Amino acid sequence: MGHAFVSPIREPLITGRKTYKQITDDICGPVEGPPTKAWLAAISFTAVVALIGFATIGYSILYGIGTYGLDRTVGWGWDITNFVWWVGIGHAGTLISAILLLFRQKWRTGVNRSAEAMTIFAVMCAGMFPLIHMGRIWLMFFVFPYPNSRGPLWVNFNSPLLWDVFAISTYFTVSLLFWYVGLIPDLATVRDRVTGKWQKKLYGIFSFGWRGSAKEWQRFESLSLILAGLAAPLVLSVHTIVSFDFATSVIPGWHTTIFPPYFVAGAIFSGFAMVLTLMLVARKLLKLEDYITIAHIESMNKVIVLTGSIVGVAYITELFMSWYSGSPYEGYAFRNRVSGPYWWAYWTMMTCNVISPQFFWVQSLRRNVIFTFILSIFINIGMWFERFVIIVISLHRDMLPSAWSYYVPTWVEVTIFIGTLGFFMTCFLLFVKVAPVVAVAEVKSILKTSGDQYITKSSEQVEAEINQLAQSTGHYESLIKPQYDDE
Amino acid sequence: MNSKHSKRILYGLYEDEEILLKAVKNARAEGLKIWNCLTPFPVHGLDQALGLKDTRLHTAGFVFGATGTITALTFMSWVNTVSYPINFGGKPNLSLPAFIPVTFELTVLFASVGMVLLYLFINRLAPGTEPDILDPRTTSHLFLMGFEIDDSTSQSQINDVRRVLQETGAVEIAEKNIEEEEDGAIRQIF
Repeated sequence: MGHAFVSPIREPLITGRKTYKQITDDICGPVEGPPTKAWLAAISFTAVVALIGFATIGYSILYGIGTYGLDRTVGWGWDITNFVWWVGIGHAGTLISAILLLFRQKWRTGVNRSAEAMTIFAVMCAGMFPLIHMGRIWLMFFVFPYPNSRGPLWVNFNSPLLWDVFAISTYFTVSLLFWYVGLIPDLATVRDRVTGKWQKKLYGIFSFGWRGSAKEWQRFESLSLILAGLAAPLVLSVHTIVSFDFATSVIPGWHTTIFPPYFVAGAIFSGFAMVLTLMLVARKLLKLEDYITIAHIESMNKVIVLTGSIVGVAYITELFMSWYSGSPYEGYAFRNRVSGPYWWAYWTMMTCNVISPQFFWVQSLRRNVIFTFILSIFINIGMWFERFVIIVISLHRDMLPSAWSYYVPTWVEVTIFIGTLGFFMTCFLLFVKVAPVVAVAEVKSILKTSGDQYITKSSEQVEAEINQLAQSTGHYESLIKPQYDDE
Repeated sequence: MNSKHSKRILYGLYEDEEILLKAVKNARAEGLKIWNCLTPFPVHGLDQALGLKDTRLHTAGFVFGATGTITALTFMSWVNTVSYPINFGGKPNLSLPAFIPVTFELTVLFASVGMVLLYLFINRLAPGTEPDILDPRTTSHLFLMGFEIDDSTSQSQINDVRRVLQETGAVEIAEKNIEEEEDGAIRQIF
């Protein structure tokens, strides 16, 4: 079979010498069979956790957010911490599918589908927190500008909190569309394979009548590219605007211009960590090691070490500026972070986010699955603490020392947070069962350039051969020629 | 408006996208008119090989995006200067920098939603659409090149098609009737 020259230096992204048929079988197989006992057990557990979470949300709506540990000084606690944490996690999917598409990174095809699904579920979890934090959730439509009988009194377009409403809802909508447009051809693949009457009917409905004609694909590619072009700045805008919620205020510790890039880097950092946490388990259980290879894991770990280091530099810059600015309030805010009553939160954050990703400078650790999994958990925890540090430590000692407090969450806040984790996992487990976890069509389109059977020699082999020949002939240039294995 | 009508399609199935590409080029060189190609994934260069016009979806995306920009800017300006101007410590009512985030978001939102809806429309994608499937394997691992046959097609033309399919390496050749709608003006533009 003919194919273009593939540089032997490229590491294969699809292993096991797959054919197109095998790719379909491997990825669509788990969707078609009956659910396994392990899956049923897992989803029953997460669904119960989610239901307990929703019941607690109901409780907090019924009795008001007086049931939280918030007080006059700390008005934002676990709720907004969780909101920012979940939005951050929701950054990996669209980054992988949009920005990496524009950068022509082929490894994204192995993980983009599931990462996008995670994005959507994480943004759903994130969106719950501002809504329940409003207290009177039944008036939530007040955040949208609609003609009303109060003047009409419009929303405040100068407020970052309103920009956030637009940013999060646009991000959710665009991510959902991008994800579903990519999913349509793969659902059609499942439709054409399943035999059960109801399965055929359901996949027929959800695959929207896709056939895969040349014109459909041409439009598909055009749409994907432009959606990626639109979604790329959108990803960067969302956490930028979330950071404006803090940066445009005058609270010491929040009022800094470094926030937008620092928040975006942190969001990508935490998003990749969550993708790794889930995908390392999923690739094992669904036997996807040939499609989500060590090369994929290493690429993601490289992104983690980059963004983790950016976050580390940002933390240190904040400390430096608090001293260099000469502002006593800024100075106190940061001294209080490092050595105040919440010192343990600050140092958890520093350990998990700044020190732990540095291990990934070592290649053998980047390619170690168990180590990566453990580290991804550390980063998830560290990034949650980052938001806790920014929000709670900056608020708990305000300008009036008599109002200083030590905020502790109540069981309501803790249960709601754990409930969103359960909701997130339930959604993910459902997705894994009903839809192909890997973008089938996209993986096939990179087979000829990234399948292991098309990369015949390892880079070491080629290098050794070239060196040997160069020594015997003395000519280097004539040896480094692309080789075509047929024609 | 129902322009659905029955078509008889003679098609060949190929095992590799590069064989399909060569087959398409050969068939067109022989002067045969290809009905369509169905593939499991986007094959680069297939649209040029088939002589398809480039899609204008991106132009529509720009128009949708520009609509979003204008909507956001005019609406926020109108709210803050005409409908309900509020004096915030003497600051200007028309504060353009503050409008940029929402303007950006609406631009992206309008462009994305508009393009996706148009894409679904021109590709006839909607829940409940049930296309006539020539071969279920074309969404998995086979590549299809099809030719339309009707009463005016002579036996020698049919033989030509079959010969080209065989010569270009089709692993299976078959005929099937399908129902298909003709493209209207909008679908032809995009």
